Amino acid sequence: MSVLVWVEHDGKAVKDATLAAVTAAARLGEVEALVAGQGVDGVAQEAAKIAGVTKVLVADDASLGHALAENVAPLVVELMGSRDAFVAPATTTGKNIAPRVAALLDVMQISEVLSVESADTFTRPIYAGNAIATVQSKDGKKVLTIRGTAFEKAAAEGGSAAIEQVSAKGDQGLSSFEGSEIAQNARPELTSAKIIVSGGRALGSEEQFHQLIDPLADALGAGVGASRAAVDAGYAPNDYQVGQTGKIVAPEVYVAVGISGAIQHLAGMKDSKTIIAINKDEDAPIFQVADLGLVGDLFKVVPELTEKLAV
Amino acid sequence: MKVLVPVKRVLDYNVKPRVKADGTGVDLANVKMSMNPFDEIAVEEAIRLKDKGVTEIVVVSIGELKAQETLRTALAMGADRAILITSEEKVEPLGVAKLLKAVVDEEKPDLVILGKQAIDDDNNQTGQMLAGLLGVGQATFASKVELTADSVTVTREVDGGLETEKLKLPAVVTTDLRLNEPRYASLPNIMKAKSKPLATKTAAEYGVDVSPRLTTLKVTEPGKRQAGVKVADVDELVMKLKAMGVAK
Ligand SMILES: Cc1cc2nc3c(=O)[nH]c(=O)nc-3n(C[C@H](O)[C@H](O)[C@H](O)COP(=O)(O)OP(=O)(O)OC[C@H]3O[C@@H](n4cnc5c(N)ncnc54)[C@H](O)[C@@H]3O)c2cc1C
Ligand SMILES: Nc1ncnc2c1ncn2[C@@H]1O[C@H](COP(=O)(O)O)[C@@H](O)[C@H]1O
Repeated sequence: MSVLVWVEHDGKAVKDATLAAVTAAARLGEVEALVAGQGVDGVAQEAAKIAGVTKVLVADDASLGHALAENVAPLVVELMGSRDAFVAPATTTGKNIAPRVAALLDVMQISEVLSVESADTFTRPIYAGNAIATVQSKDGKKVLTIRGTAFEKAAAEGGSAAIEQVSAKGDQGLSSFEGSEIAQNARPELTSAKIIVSGGRALGSEEQFHQLIDPLADALGAGVGASRAAVDAGYAPNDYQVGQTGKIVAPEVYVAVGISGAIQHLAGMKDSKTIIAINKDEDAPIFQVADLGLVGDLFKVVPELTEKLAV
Repeated sequence: MKVLVPVKRVLDYNVKPRVKADGTGVDLANVKMSMNPFDEIAVEEAIRLKDKGVTEIVVVSIGELKAQETLRTALAMGADRAILITSEEKVEPLGVAKLLKAVVDEEKPDLVILGKQAIDDDNNQTGQMLAGLLGVGQATFASKVELTADSVTVTREVDGGLETEKLKLPAVVTTDLRLNEPRYASLPNIMKAKSKPLATKTAAEYGVDVSPRLTTLKVTEPGKRQAGVKVADVDELVMKLKAMGVAK
């Protein structure tokens, strides 16, 4: 089977989410990687080194600069003419593009794949991860998005794939990119962080969120996340949200501070290796999934914890 | 300007889903069903756009006869007219998108607003598929929507932050949670909604093949986490963290 993998990148470097998608794709067959963008030579060089990638296809064009689904989909559809599966990481970009491709190929996409059971059978989460469905596809071609936390990352170095240029399909004239506010964050990215400290509604204000959560995260070398309640209240930006409708994370250690543990939040972090919860309510549902629980007022215990970790 | 809003009837988000013992799916017998939360947001957004040139809101649902209730809720919120497309069999996103395309071909809306994802199957596909089939622009995960006579400008929630795109109309938009806070329908509006038009059709009438492409072989419960231990104080937590190698 020949598999085309969508390379997630920021114009400069390959994003980690790609590596998990390559691992999943390799279970299906021979992996080719598609780098679409503008001025993406460097990305293509990097993609060629990913272990398991046999060829890198590069589409370098102004119309692909912002990965608009309207311009990317016709390119992927064309490339899929001679390939059997399209695999994208389940990032916001992957989720935006893959279903459009699937519809144009007349294929039912399989979203957030957790495991590849065989060439046509996959598992995926439903109901916010409260159930796992095993589904078999009757479609000739497969379109999948891959949950990054469910697959090992392919090695970023070691491969030496050939690089081939392919031509873009041009601007379809349906949409245009107007701008972005991408957070400049020195902390580890949530989806690849080894440790995450997340704050909830209990933090009470943006100021207190930063005063309490940031130093604790610094002491642990951690990334920072948040519950939806904290994001909605403006304590943290939207890209911090962990959960069913935010990011899915599975770090070595997840520290939930002042988060109750609603199923929609758990959906995003319950596969973390070790969960630590700090909450003043000893009956908070978060304690049902926490390996280590500390019952207490976060305004007291978090500064104390930060201080004791720093020495 | 006309807006089409597809709404799905799903297990209420407050209900904890239970996997059936025979592994065929999630138990939906005698549990509370509601409008998919993202679709409530889509209906609300359409209503708010009524001050911005929108004159008619048509809501559509595909599913069992009981999805009428979901459509009545949307009518009570402020939608003008509803279409129910019944199907005995569960229709997958690709089939839903094809039926919606048929509705769009008939109704010719300027804008279709869907939820970004239905919280039962968590597919996050239908809007993108519909846009692809229609050959129009798509703006997924919207947290802000600005409509003009011939375009819609949408702020999208993406992994790294926010992104803004402008689409030519007609176009497809899917909602994220922070787009708005949906209203509750008032009692008088619930009464009024009973006399708003609701047309019932069948999938077969549209001549669209919606036969499923996927077979669900089984549905299981994920591995359960065991509750761990509670530590007495910060010192004990620090000790445990050190033992784990997380802290120096
Ligand atoms: C469709 C849908 C999708 C959703 N998606 C997500 C999602 O992706 N992610 C997500 O997180 N949520 C999501 N939610 C929301 C979710 O249902 C909860 O509302 C949310 O997670 C609650 O956030 P919280 O735990 O911070 O707040 P709360 O539930 O209010 O919990 C606050 C906690 O802090 C504790 N506390 C209060 N004061 C202190 C103190 N001084 N010290 C210590 N502890 C204290 C309280 O005991 C409580 O347990 C979604 C909801 C819906 C309907
Ligand atoms: N059966 C359905 N009837 C009406 N709308 C639907 C249906 N299924 C999906 N949708 C719409 O498509 C969106 C995304 O659903 P999904 O792709 O299934 O996650 C939902 O939020 C609805 O707006």
